[in-house]
Amino acid sequence: MMNASVPIQRAPDAKLLVVDEDGAVTHHARAAFPNLVREGDIVVANDAATLPASLFGVHLPTGSPIELRLAARDSLSPERVTCFTAVVFGAGDFRTPTEHRPHPPVLRGGDALQLGPLRAVVLRVVQHPRLVEVRFLNPVGEIWEGLSRYGRPIQYAYLPEPIAIWDTWTRIASQPVAFESPSAGFILDWTLIGSLRSRGARFATVTHAAGISSTGDLELDQLLPFDEPYNIPPHTATLIAASRRRGGRVIAIGTTVVRALEHAADRDGTVRPGEGIATQRIGSLTALRVVDAIVTGIHERGTSHYELLRAFQDDDTLLRMDSEAEARGYTTHEFGDSAFIRKALVCPIRLPLAPVVVLGRVLHQRGSLGVLANGSHDGVERRELQG
Amino acid sequence: MSNPGMNKERHMSQDMNGLRVAVTGGTSGLGLALVRELLGRGARVAFVARNKEGVERVARERSDAHGIVGDVSQKEDIYPIAIQLLGALGGVDVLVNNASSLGPVPLVPLADTECEDLELALATNVLGPFRLTKALLGALAASARGGRHALVVNVSTDAALNAYPNWGAYGTSKAALHHLSRIWDEELTPEGIRVVSIDPGDMDTPMHALAVPDADRSTLKRPDVAAREVADLIAAVQSVATAGHAAADHEVLQ
Repeated sequence: MMNASVPIQRAPDAKLLVVDEDGAVTHHARAAFPNLVREGDIVVANDAATLPASLFGVHLPTGSPIELRLAARDSLSPERVTCFTAVVFGAGDFRTPTEHRPHPPVLRGGDALQLGPLRAVVLRVVQHPRLVEVRFLNPVGEIWEGLSRYGRPIQYAYLPEPIAIWDTWTRIASQPVAFESPSAGFILDWTLIGSLRSRGARFATVTHAAGISSTGDLELDQLLPFDEPYNIPPHTATLIAASRRRGGRVIAIGTTVVRALEHAADRDGTVRPGEGIATQRIGSLTALRVVDAIVTGIHERGTSHYELLRAFQDDDTLLRMDSEAEARGYTTHEFGDSAFIRKALVCPIRLPLAPVVVLGRVLHQRGSLGVLANGSHDGVERRELQG
Repeated sequence: MSNPGMNKERHMSQDMNGLRVAVTGGTSGLGLALVRELLGRGARVAFVARNKEGVERVARERSDAHGIVGDVSQKEDIYPIAIQLLGALGGVDVLVNNASSLGPVPLVPLADTECEDLELALATNVLGPFRLTKALLGALAASARGGRHALVVNVSTDAALNAYPNWGAYGTSKAALHHLSRIWDEELTPEGIRVVSIDPGDMDTPMHALAVPDADRSTLKRPDVAAREVADLIAAVQSVATAGHAAADHEVLQ
């Protein structure tokens, strides 16, 4: 599929691929999205604003140039901006394909970094030689000033021109806690939100610190998504409960909303308001408890975004969706076209751990190997069954 | 306590408990007085000004306020300002667009106003508030959805309504800001955001001294008095809006 090539959030000719609950695929103008929303539905978006998370500077022990991409932190608190998880790149910038980009120097705990006005120290290397925990040494106010003045938004190699910070903020962007745009929200503007309201649907938000979507490194990408802190305002939880009671659907704008809501959901689908840290991976073995449909960008197979769609539809349907999108020239990535994917009517079977052998065979025939793992973290993760 | 002053203070400190307010032009005149007044009422305040030394001076005086160096007339400064104030406050409930430019000083007739001076007045008094409000609109709407009463206060002037000779650049730009406020207020009411334009009156401020150097200062309103009125308006919107987003339109202080 083609990449989007200009950073326009709401291209007037953008397309919307719709996958119905029975797996039927249809094609629409994206501007017609509100027509797919019904009275009583609730549309939930991520209102995180995007940080300029890319910082160029020097690894002081060696004098080597590096790029630090902030990728995660453990809190949404305005005060707790001292420690981040970050991915380190060597010399060059986003125009150099990552595989050709020089490696950064070998990083060790205690290494000092100078990133423009910001001073930082590597706390430790985690899981991968280019994945580190760093601590900024400046006072909190200087950290915010340094990030806002010196940081650049994380760039995309598929765009010929660098994107500016305002290209990365959705219309509803609020607290700057995301490391890359919650880009599914690019479809939103105030006119659209108004028309949702006039259709009798509700609009609500969560704040979810969307992490980086890819690192260009296969091994590192395996670790995505990182743990992401989120906040679900009490009124969002209340509106979701009210919609569900009346039979309305919960429509998530973007994968981060699915991750936050499902992480905060009790077994009966009740969403707990407040802060949390989403640690789970969502995929074909996930039983969705709250979210009925997702609006998302067009993503490539193998990415964590794509993996999450397997919780909504089976692989056959997703393959059909891919080939239709390909045939009709849908553009991928953050500034590309969109898909509206409803949860399959006959979802991957949800049963307690019961007659494993029989279940295994049945599930195997459905091409979906899984049952709920009893007592797993929040019950969201599933254990694979050897059928 | 029987001391009425103490009672008043206590009442005042309660009426903005934790409200997150951003004030531009916060190191002199009305802006500085407002920063002090809001902090005194228990608000969390971030303020913006162009001059680094000025910001540091006020931040030293009021360590509980978050100072941000930035120029709202500069497009490139808007997002750094927005990131810092949203980052530091964790969002925003009230934005006061107070930073203003007189245009040419001393004041001159429009016929003698350089185009660049008019541009600067428009950039500071119209485009700046438009851009900053727009960058903060997501946060203001989130505040409103969360049950707060999001508010944008645009500081205007009677020169926005009356045609005073020599006040062309300033009056024209403030007239545009006044009208922008009225239209935006109509449009944003469904989102729970109010936009008001206020005239604080002729105040004894550095800007007034630039415009009217020979003014009799004893006839001018003290900025702390005007700041109290603006803070009362902000507090009134909070309580009035609780009763259902009534009143508190752009006429309130006029």
